Amino acid sequence: MNTENVVFAFFIVLALTLNFGFTLGDIDNIEHHNVYELFAAIVISLIATVMKFGDRTHVGAVLLATSLVADLQLIICALIWGGVNHLTDTGMTPGIMASIVSLSAGALLANICSVILLIMETNMMRH
Amino acid sequence: MQHVLYLLLRRLRTPIIALISVYAICVLGFTLIPGQDLDGNPWRMDFFHAFYFVSFMGSTIGFGEIPYPFTPMQRGWTTVSVYATVLTWLYGVGTIFALFQDSNVRRLIQRTNFARRVAKIHRPFYLVCGCGVTGQRITKLLDDHGINSVVIENDQVLFDRFEGDELSLSVPGICADAADPEILALAGIQDPLCIGVLAITNNDHTNLSIAIDSKLVMPERLVISATQSKETTANLNSFGTDYIIDPFGTFADQLYLTLRQPYKHLLHDLIVNPNHNVLASPHQKTEGRWVICGYGRFGQALEKKFLAHGIEMTFIEPDPSLYKIPAGSVQGVGTEAKTLLEANITGAVGIIAGTPDDADNLSIIITARDLKPDLITVARQNKDANKPMFRAADVNMIMQPGRAVANEIYMLIRTPMLMQFFNAAREKDREWSRQLLMRITDVLQDQPLDTWACELDSTNAPAVSDWLDRDGKLSIAALYRDPRNRDNPLSAVPVLLKRGDISVMEPSDTTELLTGDQILFCGQRAAHTHINWTLSNHNALRYIITGRYEPGGHIWRYLRRKWSSNKTDERISEESEKNQ
Repeated sequence: MNTENVVFAFFIVLALTLNFGFTLGDIDNIEHHNVYELFAAIVISLIATVMKFGDRTHVGAVLLATSLVADLQLIICALIWGGVNHLTDTGMTPGIMASIVSLSAGALLANICSVILLIMETNMMRH
Repeated sequence: MQHVLYLLLRRLRTPIIALISVYAICVLGFTLIPGQDLDGNPWRMDFFHAFYFVSFMGSTIGFGEIPYPFTPMQRGWTTVSVYATVLTWLYGVGTIFALFQDSNVRRLIQRTNFARRVAKIHRPFYLVCGCGVTGQRITKLLDDHGINSVVIENDQVLFDRFEGDELSLSVPGICADAADPEILALAGIQDPLCIGVLAITNNDHTNLSIAIDSKLVMPERLVISATQSKETTANLNSFGTDYIIDPFGTFADQLYLTLRQPYKHLLHDLIVNPNHNVLASPHQKTEGRWVICGYGRFGQALEKKFLAHGIEMTFIEPDPSLYKIPAGSVQGVGTEAKTLLEANITGAVGIIAGTPDDADNLSIIITARDLKPDLITVARQNKDANKPMFRAADVNMIMQPGRAVANEIYMLIRTPMLMQFFNAAREKDREWSRQLLMRITDVLQDQPLDTWACELDSTNAPAVSDWLDRDGKLSIAALYRDPRNRDNPLSAVPVLLKRGDISVMEPSDTTELLTGDQILFCGQRAAHTHINWTLSNHNALRYIITGRYEPGGHIWRYLRRKWSSNKTDERISEESEKNQ
């Protein structure tokens, strides 16, 4: 067992679970989506991305790419959230929440890809 | 090759993760710690403001407590955050600086830059491996003629000197071992634009591996390799190295020419070394015995050459046990009068100071001249920087092995026909050399000499080959007439005509040309341009043959044909017959 692999897998899976937790709930219900969960999802996703830096294998490159996609989607979520609350007078509405959650659902797909790739790589290692 | 960016990212992984974590914790802290607004109502910072506050606090800009003054709890957390973020930044920035100091990373960056510069060359270039005196001189010569080159040199001192050179073109260079295939690949050995590889390092083995690498990648590409041993020569020959140069042999050859074939030497020197003032005079008496100091590789090459031509010599060598030195040699450096007298300097016609040490050589010359003032003195100058000293010493002949070999190699790659010319010239007698020399000097009128080869085929000489293909007749004299006024001959001399396997030295003016002929010209640079014009421009050629300017464009030609149907063609054939 390799500590580095444990940490690596931990962050990738954690990024997925947090992302999933935030996305879960009615799409336009403000009550169902917690800002702290989004924050945690973004931070963990960023850390997971950095951990993939510098891996020159092909799987490593694809993992980095899916991770970057997740980051991008989640950061846009945060920008919209912060924007409607502080930069404009709109405030949070069910419509805006729906678009934030759908963006985060996109990030969820990217994170699922990451985990699938991770599982595949683990399987290949075993052979 | 590893990519620099990947290496940097991998090394920076920990500092970046640390930064993200510290920022996340600080932001989270600010959103969780309760605060108060101006009216004392409980208030919590949102993520937007927390991130804003941590951003300017972390970079220690500090705009104050916003949007409301902080509670003691928040101030405490701010204190913790300030130390945490500043320390993390220091750690991150420190790592970046340390990375750029890291020799591994620096080498990688250097190599990446080098590869990028090589890739930017979009014209044919030569790969010069080894940048000693010879390599440096060749790079300079190539640069002077607008030809790109790429340099690999293993020695840091030599490499620094190369980098200090002012060259007009961008010449990418790297300080690395040229025997390493990875370096050769970076230097573009696999690039089809690389038209020649010069393996001229001091190390025979390195030269060998460069030559093999090049021949494996591109068998038809030109490879010139220097060598110092017979074994390497045989090895280089076995896989088809195009030219193998033995620096000391070449040098001994030239020294022999200088002493015994002054006109040939002058001719050689004039052609190979256009701006060089020759110190040898053809009127000097050089018959007799020579004293040669130094029986190293240079001395041995001289011995071989001199023995073949029956010249007497006495060697002075400080360490005779190292080599199988000929009988009658004297032990010593030659810088002392005693040693020189022992070698019977007073009975000799000249002295050759051929040690690898410039100071010793000068000292030998000065001591020897004191003993016998009318001695012919030949000194070997090893370092370019010592030029003023050698000039001041008033030596009859200064030989620079590195330069001589560089000129030889440059000649080979620029005009391979020159090599054939010099080989054929060896067979000719003294009078022939003298007359050709006079003819070329007459034409030059103190202008620098240019030597060039032209091939009469459809790519290099479209006009002439077109004319010859239509059964036109053209003599060699027509080629060097001025295309602006055909009564003036151009300042050029055809010195060699090559047709298939036959070579004719100094072809006569009436020689009829055929398609595919190759002609080697010597003359002024301006003549080169004019001859090229005649070769490729139909109108210029037509003028030279007929003495009349003809309209050049399609419409004009058409109108003219309409107007005077076949008259022109008849006239041309008449004229050209008259010219023959």
